[in-house]
Amino acid sequence: MQTTNNGSANGSNFRFLHLEDVYKSYDRVILDDIDLSVSKGEFCTVVGPSGCGKSTLLRLILGVESPDSGTLHLRGNEIGYPSPSRGIVFQRYSLYPHLTVLENVMLGRTLPTSFFERRSKKKEFIEEAEYYLKRVRLEGQGDKYPHELSGGMQQRVAIAQSLLTSPDILLMDEPFGALDPDTREEMQLFLLELWDDQKMTVFFVTHDLEEAFFLGTRVLVLSQYYTDGRGDNHEKRGAKIVGDYPLEKAGIYSTKIKNNPDFIQLTEEIRSVGFDPKIRQHVNEFNLKHPDSFRTLTQEEAGS
Amino acid sequence: MKNHNQVWGLHAQPSKKTNIILLLMPFVLLLAVYLTASHLRQQENQHDKLLPSATQIVDAVDRVAFTEDRRTGKFLLWSDTLSSLIRLVIGMAAAALVGLLLGLNMGVYPGFRSLSLSFITFFSMIPPLAILPIIFISFGVDEFAKIMLIFIGIFPMISRDIYLAVRKLPREQITKALTLGASSFAVTYRIILPQILPRLIDAIRLSLGAAWLFLIASEAIAAMDGLGYRIFLVRRYLAMDVIIPYVLWITLLGFLFDLILRTIINKRFTWYADNK
Repeated sequence: MQTTNNGSANGSNFRFLHLEDVYKSYDRVILDDIDLSVSKGEFCTVVGPSGCGKSTLLRLILGVESPDSGTLHLRGNEIGYPSPSRGIVFQRYSLYPHLTVLENVMLGRTLPTSFFERRSKKKEFIEEAEYYLKRVRLEGQGDKYPHELSGGMQQRVAIAQSLLTSPDILLMDEPFGALDPDTREEMQLFLLELWDDQKMTVFFVTHDLEEAFFLGTRVLVLSQYYTDGRGDNHEKRGAKIVGDYPLEKAGIYSTKIKNNPDFIQLTEEIRSVGFDPKIRQHVNEFNLKHPDSFRTLTQEEAGS
Repeated sequence: MKNHNQVWGLHAQPSKKTNIILLLMPFVLLLAVYLTASHLRQQENQHDKLLPSATQIVDAVDRVAFTEDRRTGKFLLWSDTLSSLIRLVIGMAAAALVGLLLGLNMGVYPGFRSLSLSFITFFSMIPPLAILPIIFISFGVDEFAKIMLIFIGIFPMISRDIYLAVRKLPREQITKALTLGASSFAVTYRIILPQILPRLIDAIRLSLGAAWLFLIASEAIAAMDGLGYRIFLVRRYLAMDVIIPYVLWITLLGFLFDLILRTIINKRFTWYADNK
């Protein structure tokens, strides 16, 4: 094994979220030796061509899939089945249609509580849920059912629902993918404010590069378009993290950043290294600039 | 463009009045055909029993519903209705409860699914009427056997319907509940079950017709009272003047049940009714 960059290969120095040598395949290899370390408070976005395994990576961290090999740790604990330490917002289906908005937000308290305790603590739970509804700017909407709200409002409820349990990390799987462009931009700004405020750690999967740059403090590029010591037989290999960039966050968030020249240049770079099947970097040329970035390659991959 | 067409074609927009007229038309038509045919036969033979006239039917209804039976001292239609409904409701309730629990657990727990899905699918293919003799032999000819026939005929249908409904719920819902701290029990009975309840009511609505069939079949074979029993008893005397009102009464009961269940869905499960 050969280690590069700043991280550790021996597992003694666990970061907040730490993945090492993670492989996952179905009928073909999807994730091919993923090494990833994420610090607390990071807004980590993941981009990559469709079908590269972004969602698979998220599902591994969520615990609905298990890796073929490799380890996943959150705060030093091995990741198991889905649990309250990892919150999740899906693109759809995060809300329960038979519950009102308030009841949906309250679930994080009511679900783990027994029937009798629920009755005595009801008032407390309602107050807490109402506080979170206020945070996502949906005061007074608590008595409605999810289907009576717009798509953007539904996602805000889903975020409130996840925040209530204060998860260590909030996982988001293309949460704004089904929204129209205006609502989407509004939700991006809203999420950033909330992130800044709550000091959350976010792991955000998207296929939209612009969204990834605008939101993230760190962008990961996941792609199967690369070459390594295993030669040119591309079929047998899965996606790796081919780019890992820290992003400067200005104090004030404005969508104007989307027209910034640096931003446009970075977009171009990522498009070519991650999204273009014809351009294949060698593993040793990957741009892994982020200070948390580390990588362990097998001898075969490194080609030495 | 103004659309005046109320009845014909793809773009028809029936007004409220037209709607009611159209809705009543087949009923009125059927009644007219019957009365005409009955009248023609009565003209030919006053003692015709096959198509009794309206007055004969009214007389018969008065006899069975509003006059005490000389032999038993009961009002036959009402005592028959009560006996039948008790059987139907108990059989249906048992089938609904067992069907719900089986379907729910098969949908949520893979191990339980492997254990029971194939068996229940196989079991549901048994025509209940074909095993009617077995049921009567093993459970006697009393109430229990009749309730069992309804139960055995209905619960596999409901189990399978509930199972399909549970499987159609997005998997994300279970994952989400787990991240909110739910136990498996809470996922099953507090997240999935409440969402399936309106579907259970729909399943009951759809299987009510079959339940009536099983009820009447069992009453026809061995009973001392009940709507089905009466129909098959008076059949011996070709008493169409009793059979026809009984059939109409059963139909009306079925229609009322359906209406009540539908109202419950619309009132109690607005989220389900709106999303349908």
